[in-house]
Amino acid sequence: MEKHLKVSAIKNGTVLDHIPAEQLFNVIDILRLYTIDKQVTFGTNLESKLLGKKAIIKISDKWFKDDEINKIALIAPQAKINIIKDFEVVEKKVITIPETIRGIVKCMNPMCVTNHQPVTTIFTTIAVEPEIQLLCHYCEKITDNKNLKIISNY
Amino acid sequence: MPKSLISIHDFSKDEMLHILDMAAKFEANPFQTILKGKVVACIFFEPSTRTRLSFETAANRLGARIIGFSDADNTSVSKGETLKDTIKMVSNYADLIIMRHPLEGSARYASEVSGVPVINAGDGANQHPSQTLLDLYSIFKTQGRLSDLSINMVGDLKYGRTVHSLLQAMSHFSPLFTFTAPDELMMPQEYKKYLLSKGISYRETKELTEYLNDTDILYMTRVQQERFLDPIEYERVKNVYSLNASMLDGCRSNMRILHPLPRVNEISTDVDSSEHAYYFEQARNGVFTRMAIIAYLLGKEI
Repeated sequence: MEKHLKVSAIKNGTVLDHIPAEQLFNVIDILRLYTIDKQVTFGTNLESKLLGKKAIIKISDKWFKDDEINKIALIAPQAKINIIKDFEVVEKKVITIPETIRGIVKCMNPMCVTNHQPVTTIFTTIAVEPEIQLLCHYCEKITDNKNLKIISNY
Repeated sequence: MPKSLISIHDFSKDEMLHILDMAAKFEANPFQTILKGKVVACIFFEPSTRTRLSFETAANRLGARIIGFSDADNTSVSKGETLKDTIKMVSNYADLIIMRHPLEGSARYASEVSGVPVINAGDGANQHPSQTLLDLYSIFKTQGRLSDLSINMVGDLKYGRTVHSLLQAMSHFSPLFTFTAPDELMMPQEYKKYLLSKGISYRETKELTEYLNDTDILYMTRVQQERFLDPIEYERVKNVYSLNASMLDGCRSNMRILHPLPRVNEISTDVDSSEHAYYFEQARNGVFTRMAIIAYLLGKEI
């Protein structure tokens, strides 16, 4: 029996699978998917053995550079990136957290200059396991998993 | 981008030693007006009389002229000017900027938008590297060396930025650390991990007298009331971490007491006349160290 797809297949493009359901709109924000003129379909709160509830995004005729797609590793570390050509998966990509992160993340230190002046945040990734730890280039404080907030592009 | 001094990590071990060497030369001969014709901007977005006077004395002794302000109330900052614009403007006028600001990371940001060197004179609770260098100079002067010393840090080891910076700077010189603090104010785990990774040993105690006789440098800090939720606990701790002259009987003769000042009651005034007291000389050393930092960043050697 053929499985019915909740989000219909695309001919060519990129599929982002295994996104935690609650992070869907953050992923859309980080990748600025609202700025592209290609067909974007997504579904969320889908059943997932791995995550409980997951989201999936399919983008037609769009391929991302590695450093662009790696940005979502902060909030969706288990995401799977599938490259689709002619309805077939031709490449699977594993994402990794970048060493330097510009923008995207808000510094958790309320006294950090980046939270008061128009300064783009810069972090160095100092740990990934057992939890993400980002060292702020400016205030030298650590922002960890529990306090990780995404700066919206909107 | 010109070389700035924002964090103690910005200077290598060799650069730190070079600064101490220059400071000693300035102390031997403080009348070296090698910065005649230069303009130094002292911009203090929050008041700090002690630090500002020390820097201004240093710049004056070098022959530089000083511009600036000592708090942000009557400047364009109060009109809503961004830090970037203020720094851009000042760096057009001055050859070097000395800045104090309540926001953490503000000095790093300033150094990235400034066309001239920036010295961080304190960015909130983050860094105050000239304090660390003057501490090193004081340690070197009193002990004749920096290596293999027993350094006992006392008081607020959790929030005290001076102890954290000094710990990092001293870690180049294979010290033995003692951390004397109440439970609430213990040295944070991240710094202990840092020491372990560098193979440096430390011991911890709650009793001020426990390792006192086994100490070369006793680095006292102020225990601040606002760190305590319970006022009764503060009263207890405040009295436990108060050093008085009678406690110094069994100390090593070379032991010296340092304190970044201002002190409140953690050192009793009867210690002031002891040969171990060094905190006022330490403040004096600050001027020579700051002369060295300013001259070094402006590319002047002596």
